[in-house]
Amino acid sequence: MRVGLLVTCLNDVLYPEVGRATVTLLRRLGVDVEFPQAQTCCGQPMVNTGYLDEAVPLVRTHVEAFAGCDAVVVPSGSCAGSVRHQHRLVARRAGDPGLERAVAQAPPAYELTEFLVDVLGVTDVGAYFPHRVTYHPTCHSLRMLGVGDRPARLLRAVRGLRLVELPAAEECCGFGGTFAVKNAETSVAMGADKARHVRDAGAEVLVAGDSSCLTHIGGLLSRERAGVRTMHLAEILAATEPSVPLPAVVAG
Amino acid sequence: MSGTFLGTPAFPSAARTALADTQLRRNLAHATGVIRGKRAAVVGEVEEWEQLRLAGAALKDRTLRHLDTYLEQLERSLTAAGATVHWARDAAEANRIVVDIARGHGTDEVVKVKSMATAEIGLNEALEAAGIHAWETDLAELIVQLGDDLPSHILVPAIHRNRSEVREIFLREMGRHGTPAPADLTDVPADLAAAARAHLREKFLRAKVAVSGANFAVAETGTLAVVESEGNGRMCLTLPEVLVSVVGIEKLVPTWADLDVFLQLLPRSSTGERMNPYTSMWTGVTPGDGPQEVHVVLLDNGRTDVLADEVGRQALRCIRCSACLNVCPVYERTGGHSYGSVYPGPIGAILTPMLRGVGQDAQTDSLPYASSLCGACFEACPVRIDIPEVLVHLRAEVVDAHRGRPKVQNVAMKAASWALGDARRLRAVEKATGLVGSVLGRTRRRAPGGRAVLGAVPGAGVWADARDVPVPAAESFRSWWARTAGGTIEQDTAGEHGTGKGAGE
Repeated sequence: MRVGLLVTCLNDVLYPEVGRATVTLLRRLGVDVEFPQAQTCCGQPMVNTGYLDEAVPLVRTHVEAFAGCDAVVVPSGSCAGSVRHQHRLVARRAGDPGLERAVAQAPPAYELTEFLVDVLGVTDVGAYFPHRVTYHPTCHSLRMLGVGDRPARLLRAVRGLRLVELPAAEECCGFGGTFAVKNAETSVAMGADKARHVRDAGAEVLVAGDSSCLTHIGGLLSRERAGVRTMHLAEILAATEPSVPLPAVVAG
Repeated sequence: MSGTFLGTPAFPSAARTALADTQLRRNLAHATGVIRGKRAAVVGEVEEWEQLRLAGAALKDRTLRHLDTYLEQLERSLTAAGATVHWARDAAEANRIVVDIARGHGTDEVVKVKSMATAEIGLNEALEAAGIHAWETDLAELIVQLGDDLPSHILVPAIHRNRSEVREIFLREMGRHGTPAPADLTDVPADLAAAARAHLREKFLRAKVAVSGANFAVAETGTLAVVESEGNGRMCLTLPEVLVSVVGIEKLVPTWADLDVFLQLLPRSSTGERMNPYTSMWTGVTPGDGPQEVHVVLLDNGRTDVLADEVGRQALRCIRCSACLNVCPVYERTGGHSYGSVYPGPIGAILTPMLRGVGQDAQTDSLPYASSLCGACFEACPVRIDIPEVLVHLRAEVVDAHRGRPKVQNVAMKAASWALGDARRLRAVEKATGLVGSVLGRTRRRAPGGRAVLGAVPGAGVWADARDVPVPAAESFRSWWARTAGGTIEQDTAGEHGTGKGAGE
């Protein structure tokens, strides 16, 4: 099976360590993951802002980049959801039957935990992470993809990890893509409540499957010197014994 | 005595004001939290809830597909049952019909059952202009009306008020419009309800004309149904001599048996009850019992435009339960007034722009963006309206309506589309961000874990007002993969956070 990594534009530029962790994890599980160099961005920022025409070249680039793969694995619920649900919409809008066909025949896109649990059939990925962790289920992974308890099952199988409950976990953090800018005050009000719940959870690390939400929540936690770090799920699942100890928490 | 949403600023600006109102934030968080909990409990106990949702959606879709047929059937059934049917294309026509009926009976007042359709068309204002008082009799509508306020919720229009505010309004205003509140009125809910009861009772007994909406209209029988909790509706529907009901054309169900599905879906989704306390149904005129003159105004007011929208038409399934408002994290923080419409919250964010049309005013065009697209509304909707899908669809309509205008966002999206349309161009952009990252990475500011971040940065805009900004990685994933052949040649990474290892080490 040829597995292509859609690293996502955000991870590519801001969080390459998430992409590297995904590669480390998949290789450890015997998957020879490829990185199609022609990939760019799934197009969600344009689609969700209403710029469907502008998303057309991105969707075209995506289907061309991953043609030949049997599966696409994405360390993001939001981008996986975009590929799965929005690309058809964009192709239809483009009025290009060739693109519509290409999108329909594109390899299935799996969010990382779906790929691990459903395709590889593993919940214990052999990770070691001796810290108190709380998990935020991002909206698109939870409600658009329906990943359910897959992330929690994966986290519970990590040796040394203590998973503590996040109050009001299923409530949106307020990121919402361009919502965070267009309605910044409301976005921050939602994020402030999420950050408060994270502090109340008493964890060292906030983990989620989307770097976008983590940038938002982490940016708030960091600004208020909350002393909680954020990590992508892939980084925790990639960590093994002997684990490099977490750097001390530093409040700037 | 009642306001108007005209002049509400665009959502981000209206929300800013609401977010600063600490009393409002507390009232809303408490009230929506209570209703959310009640709804979750009574929905959770219905094993076949998902099947009920599917049935509700399918019934509404089928009705909407054959709406012309069912509407004519309804007209025939109503006429045969002794009711007079009026057709209203828009708010002005509907208001004129109701005003004329009231005038024809020489009355200067009507009692009203809570109704979204009449709020939508501004009937109270039209009646006032014609010298006819419209007395709202639903407790929350009464609070809004007496307080010279605007509704902020579909089901609980005074949700933004707490009980001590209600007490003040009752003490101050009731005496000016009828029976005053007792001078020693407390803010105990039962005392407040008793004051409202005494105030309203004389109006129920005196009024000759009542105005209602309808939750459902059954085409096969000509039966209208109103679902309520306080009994004020039952009073209005049975005591006056004349009853006028303003009914949106999407309220139809084909048969009596179809009510089975909706009378299960609605109360559990709206008030979080298994069954609502009062369900009133009437079929035209019953000689010697209840109103002897029954009018039904079938209202379009933009609904056929919504029906013509292939993606958006699912909004016409809405049964006005408010479940989407109560679960919406945006609504919970901004309240209903920020939406500038009688339809607030997620359903309002799609329904209002479709009823009004986009591309005309900034306030309406801001509504489809008043959502983080979290999807909680879709999950809660008893008739499965995919609100996020319609929001995104309407955003595209808003953008298309503004294409060709010199807007910063248009230029930015074009530029992003160009850079992200091709990996070589993106690589060039990443080289620049990497350079920026390696310079900015020398910042002394670190997030927990050692990541270099920027605090409040001039030029970083609204993001950095409250949130630290992560510094771009000095080496993108793409470059790392190319340099190390996917990590197989060299595991060492050069300064991924700009300055190599975090300062905490």
